[in-house]
Amino acid sequence: MIVGDRKPIEEIKEMLAPYKKILLVGCGTCISVCMTGGEKEVGILASELRMISELEKKDWEISETTIQRQCEREYIEPLKEQFEKADVVMSMACGVGIQYMAEVFPEKIVLPAVNTTFYGTNVKEGEWQERCAGCGDCVLDKTLGICPVARCSKGLYNGPCGGTDNGKCEVNKDLDCAWYLIYNRMKEHGKLDMLDEIIPARSWKTSLHGGPRKRVREDAQK
Amino acid sequence: MKANSNLEKILERGEFAVTGELGPPKGNDVEVIKKKAQFLKGNVDAVNITDNQTAVVRMSSIAASKLLLDLGVEPVMQMVVRDRNRIAIQSDILGATALGLKNMLCLSGDHQTFGNQPDAKNVFDIDSIQLIGLVKRLRDEKKMLNLEDEIEGDVGIFIGAAANPFAEPFGFRPLRLRKKVAAGVNFIQTQCIYDMKIFKEFMKAVCDMGLDQKVHILAGVTPLKSAGMTKYMANNVPGIIIPEELVKRMAGVAKEKAAEEGIKICVEQIQELREIKGVHGIHLMAIEWESRVPEIVSQAKLLPRPVV
Amino acid sequence: MSNNYEPKIIAFCCRYCAYTAADLAGSMRLEYPSNIRVVQLLCTGRIDVLHVLKAFEQGADAVYVAGCEPGDCHFLEGNYRAVKRIAYAKNLLKEIGLEPERLEFFHIGASEGPRFAEAAKEMTDRALKLGPNPLRKKQGE
Repeated sequence: MIVGDRKPIEEIKEMLAPYKKILLVGCGTCISVCMTGGEKEVGILASELRMISELEKKDWEISETTIQRQCEREYIEPLKEQFEKADVVMSMACGVGIQYMAEVFPEKIVLPAVNTTFYGTNVKEGEWQERCAGCGDCVLDKTLGICPVARCSKGLYNGPCGGTDNGKCEVNKDLDCAWYLIYNRMKEHGKLDMLDEIIPARSWKTSLHGGPRKRVREDAQK
Repeated sequence: MKANSNLEKILERGEFAVTGELGPPKGNDVEVIKKKAQFLKGNVDAVNITDNQTAVVRMSSIAASKLLLDLGVEPVMQMVVRDRNRIAIQSDILGATALGLKNMLCLSGDHQTFGNQPDAKNVFDIDSIQLIGLVKRLRDEKKMLNLEDEIEGDVGIFIGAAANPFAEPFGFRPLRLRKKVAAGVNFIQTQCIYDMKIFKEFMKAVCDMGLDQKVHILAGVTPLKSAGMTKYMANNVPGIIIPEELVKRMAGVAKEKAAEEGIKICVEQIQELREIKGVHGIHLMAIEWESRVPEIVSQAKLLPRPVV
Repeated sequence: MSNNYEPKIIAFCCRYCAYTAADLAGSMRLEYPSNIRVVQLLCTGRIDVLHVLKAFEQGADAVYVAGCEPGDCHFLEGNYRAVKRIAYAKNLLKEIGLEPERLEFFHIGASEGPRFAEAAKEMTDRALKLGPNPLRKKQGE
């Protein structure tokens, strides 16, 4: 899923300062599952903003709604009337939803209430960890399912740097060294010989370094 | 001969090599380099010039290497892949060799969050093993990465890399060295060694794989300056292991005698390392302590340095 | 103003413990402030940050949640979850600009009538000390 964090309240207050009628829109997919911008979090932020408005005499009128997905037009379009009534829209979706709502309703400003952080998973209650960098050229076959791009702080393709410490990354003691995990998994599977393969310098064109990406499937087009 | 550097010639002749290390200044004062160089000249065969080590901004490795070369000391230019993509890397290599630099150490680089620009964006376009292959291709085939047309001129570089026998997983370290050898490395400088037992096991695995026949390994040593430094390094520097008895030994001498004791330990270590199969030299990293290099190499009976 | 300030306090009470304790306090004829409005929950694990915020938004001067003693939750860990949510909600109050002391969690066993009275008094004292919730407008509600 896409994981995000709600922005600090001060930043949100500053963004909303010039406006009166504010529509807060949550997203019912990833950002809801990571407990950042779903229906409940929209309710909490709306309640906070109403109280702040009262305490700081801001005169905000907050309305709130949550749709299934902000990354798909058919879910956004029914918001037309609510968009028209608002001076500004604040989205609690990931960066995709925030932008796509602004694309569907270009006459409105859509502000971000969330910092989109990573593609990750809910490893245990209340903890999410990054797993994929969306680099466009998967090597998980060569590393037995542990991504060196997303999970090694230096994105190394051919083994750990000299900074591993008790299996942890030099950058942060709470962080597993990805290559330590890869090595152990190869060992468990009796595939240590895989380490001998030198993975050559890759092309970064498939990642953001080739410019923004798009995908076309003609058979799916009208 | 790959590059005809002094270091290469000494190693190829089978002499026991000695390399030193010089950290460029956090500024552009050439005098700093001159001052440090005077302690190294004639006492070591080549001197590593670090590349923004610990991700702290310093005078560029290439420029400092050239300054050192002009002072009559052979540099080993270090290059990290943290700060450069393949365009900058190849451009810098062409520039460095045009300036007469002949030794290069290929490194990943300490993570930028440790340094004085922790908010920097890193690069890591290629990793250190891919860098070794890139340099080898430039040198042996005169070809840039992924290109078939030949470049003009000769990129004569004696290719080095680092090895850390003390970082986990231990079992992977000899395999990683084998990978670097397969990529084309000519010499290896290790992380500073304090735990002889782990190092000997590492070297045994390396020799069992026949790697000592394919690459020159220079064992890293760093003299301990004080009990405080010893304790700090033992507890805080990732990838460095200092056995308890050394910590105790440094703590056991009077403060004013600590430096002397540290040098004594270093000399003993050099003598022990010299006896290990596959060790072809030492890499003496006297961090901000270049002034003591002459006495260390002298006491370790490594003088005079061979002229080749 | 402070003369006729009657704090409005909402107590979210677990039916297995604190709610029973409230009954007991009544039958023991213990005196406790009369401005506590008790909301019964099946378990404090049901408490939501939004319940707390809504209470403050509508003018509550203090809010507390009273659940079972550690280890005694009828649903095993509902009270532990409530403790964490209340800690989280305190941070939200802080960012809004309300005093986090207006919110608290208490462990009160079913037999602890006097403890219930103490908690009620403690929160009333806090509400009196902090003054009315600045969001309170509609008196008499």
